[in-house]
Amino acid sequence: MTVMLILIVISFTLAISFLAAFLWAVKNNQYEDTFTPSLRILMDNDKNNEENNDLRINQVN
Amino acid sequence: MAEHSTASSNEYQANLETFYYDNGIVKLFAMATVVWGIAAFLYGVYVAFAIFMPQLNFGSEFLTFGRIRPIHTNAAIFAFVGNGIFMGVYYSLQRLCKTRMFSDMLGKLHFWGWQLIIASAAITFHAGITTGKEYAELEWPIDILIAIVWIIFGLNMFMTILKRRERHLYVAIWFYIASWVTITVLHVVNSMELPYTWLHSYSVYAGVQDALVQWWYGHNAVAFFLTTPYLGLMYYFLPKAANRPVYSYKLSIIHFWSLLFIYIWAGPHHLLYTSLPDWAQSLGTVFSIMLIAPSWGGMLNGLLTLRGAWDKVREDPILKFMVVAVTAYGMATLEGPMLAVKSINALSHYTDWTIAHVHVGVLGWNGFLTFGVLYWLIPKLWNTKLYSKKLANAHFWIGTLGILTYVIPMYIAGVTQGLMWKQFTPEGVLQYPNFLETVTQILPMYMIRATGGTIYLVGACLMVYNLVKTAKQGSFVKNEKDQATPFPFQYIKETGERQHRWLERKPMAMLFVATIVIAIGGAVEIIPMILIKSNVPTIASVKPYTPLELYGRDMYIREGCYTCHSQMVRPFRSETERYREYSKVGEFVYDHPFQWGSKRTGPDLHREGGKYNNSWHYWHMNNPRDISPGSIMPAFPWLLTKEMDIQSVSAKIAAMMTLGVPYPVGYDKVAPQDLKTQAKLIATQLVAEGVTDVKESAEIIALIAYLQRLGTDIKAK
Ligand code: HEC
Repeated sequence: MTVMLILIVISFTLAISFLAAFLWAVKNNQYEDTFTPSLRILMDNDKNNEENNDLRINQVN
Repeated sequence: MAEHSTASSNEYQANLETFYYDNGIVKLFAMATVVWGIAAFLYGVYVAFAIFMPQLNFGSEFLTFGRIRPIHTNAAIFAFVGNGIFMGVYYSLQRLCKTRMFSDMLGKLHFWGWQLIIASAAITFHAGITTGKEYAELEWPIDILIAIVWIIFGLNMFMTILKRRERHLYVAIWFYIASWVTITVLHVVNSMELPYTWLHSYSVYAGVQDALVQWWYGHNAVAFFLTTPYLGLMYYFLPKAANRPVYSYKLSIIHFWSLLFIYIWAGPHHLLYTSLPDWAQSLGTVFSIMLIAPSWGGMLNGLLTLRGAWDKVREDPILKFMVVAVTAYGMATLEGPMLAVKSINALSHYTDWTIAHVHVGVLGWNGFLTFGVLYWLIPKLWNTKLYSKKLANAHFWIGTLGILTYVIPMYIAGVTQGLMWKQFTPEGVLQYPNFLETVTQILPMYMIRATGGTIYLVGACLMVYNLVKTAKQGSFVKNEKDQATPFPFQYIKETGERQHRWLERKPMAMLFVATIVIAIGGAVEIIPMILIKSNVPTIASVKPYTPLELYGRDMYIREGCYTCHSQMVRPFRSETERYREYSKVGEFVYDHPFQWGSKRTGPDLHREGGKYNNSWHYWHMNNPRDISPGSIMPAFPWLLTKEMDIQSVSAKIAAMMTLGVPYPVGYDKVAPQDLKTQAKLIATQLVAEGVTDVKESAEIIALIAYLQRLGTDIKAK
């Protein structure tokens, strides 16, 4: 069952790289603000959509 | 404070850059999603009918169930959902990063490369060219093409992320990145195969090792192809469509990281009660159950985004599609861990329960989310309104009805058949010893299921009409203008010079490609080397296949017999009564690839050898209904006339020898001669049993040899 060893090593390598990515994200202050990003995606420069502009006024204030 | 904001707004004005989003590539992927979606559903409806009307193959090998089913599954996953992912990523990534994609050319290469893969998949599967590993059936040249196109996609995505104008990486982007990384690894590891012709190869793994790699892949492909990229899409398109922020952004981040760390360990749950070591099976179960928490967190986060907006949902078909999609995600991710519990798995595995489960996922979660995104996106791209909201609402109800009409009968069929297989009479013998009885019992369910699939397809056709009309009434915006300030740390002020990019892009791109290629190269070198040594036989009586049997085995793979038959007798009394001795790990050491199967539409075949005489198989393959009246197995009459390609067996044996199968040195040279000798023997026996017109060189002889060999290496008690 050598293959289990290989799969475990690969899975661990993946997990460690994910962990590194997580630490990077934290260190990079990616998660400092866990609210505005969710609003920001709604504020496209989107002329066709008037609703969006309404939202900008309502929610950002 | 006031001062600060003036200063920054001045800077803002000064640096504001104008740029254009590339909608052309999004349009291409959107069209491909729709076209391949319809194709995948059509093939699905066809197999749904063919499973109870075997005459639907019209006597043609190209249209037989075993070859069509892989087309359906691969089309649904890689063509429909695959293009859906790319459509969503190319649209949302540009907006989330406030930049155009890194390269239009890479985008085009990605698009046409992917469509080429799909087209070659359709052709090769019809022709019976397959590796025989579920959802990884594509042969080695196409596997290489997939790797190349996937790297092109990754390169384009990562470089876009690097040149973004928005510092924060929105949670959707994280989902995309994790999906890309994991799928790369899965594809490379599971596709390790040794080519022996331009279109054929053997898996370098054998038996239980192959099974483990395959289901580690299979499970994680569901996780990182059907789930995480679509979660990324959900976190972008659901808030956009509802025009409100996600319920809790914090929860979405927790959802992402916890899924990521738990998912990769759950794979062994596909192999419960098989010959896999117990501790690995338990690991799979534990991690599967842990998955419920993040999955449900994600579902609730999606649904609660719409809190207080249910009046909107009632009106808007797009939101309705999304609500059902997210609910289906929740249902499927609750059911999945349940099916990973041993006692439930003992009943559900190999039955239609699994089929119901995956269709809640693909029709509900992937299908409905894709439809929602398309209805939202197409009017945007063509700068118009949806042609008909009414029609979209009709599609929603028809689609929902289709899903219910599909999954309910499949649950009933699965539980019914599972219970019948296990039912003993008070005297302690199997109540339904004839497998066929358990099949005819559920045929009405198969018929209703086919209707359900058809209904779902009709709904999708309404969508096509609606979207085409929408596009016709609008005008396509190929390049969409936007403005943003650049992301500050991309710039380093150098003495007296103009600003420079934080990273030079070309070396970065090369570094990316080089790293991936070196990693893949390393894996290709190392893994087979370690494995070939480890395939040591543990049961002395287990011998390699004869050339004729090996030839027959490759036919078994070619005809997709594994789509209906398992080769894994589990250690239950109900199975050992029905199929005799349960399967042992050591019996599979020469099986490149393994053929354990995942569905028993027909009975398990691992102990088929010696059960019937040769002529039984001869006539059964010619037309199963002559031997087993009422059987739904397709007829394979062409096998009786098709000539074997006898010389090809040399290459097959040589490849097996490279993989460590202990044939005597130089055996590949004499293999064709041995094949003929054994074929002659079987042909003589057939004649003795009263079969006239037997051709010694007909393929059927090889298949019979293989079937008669199955499971005979160890003597039953
Ligand atoms: C659509 C599903 C389906 C496919 C594909 C299929 N079978 Fe079957 N098979 C069945 C069913 C159902 C039965 C049980 C009824 C019968 O005996 O025909 C069966 C029975 C058998 C049996 C008899 C088993 C026994 O012990 O009674 C053999 C042998 C067999 N199949 C071989 C094959 C081979 C070889 C292939 C590929 C060339 C194949 N089958 C493809 C559905 C299928």
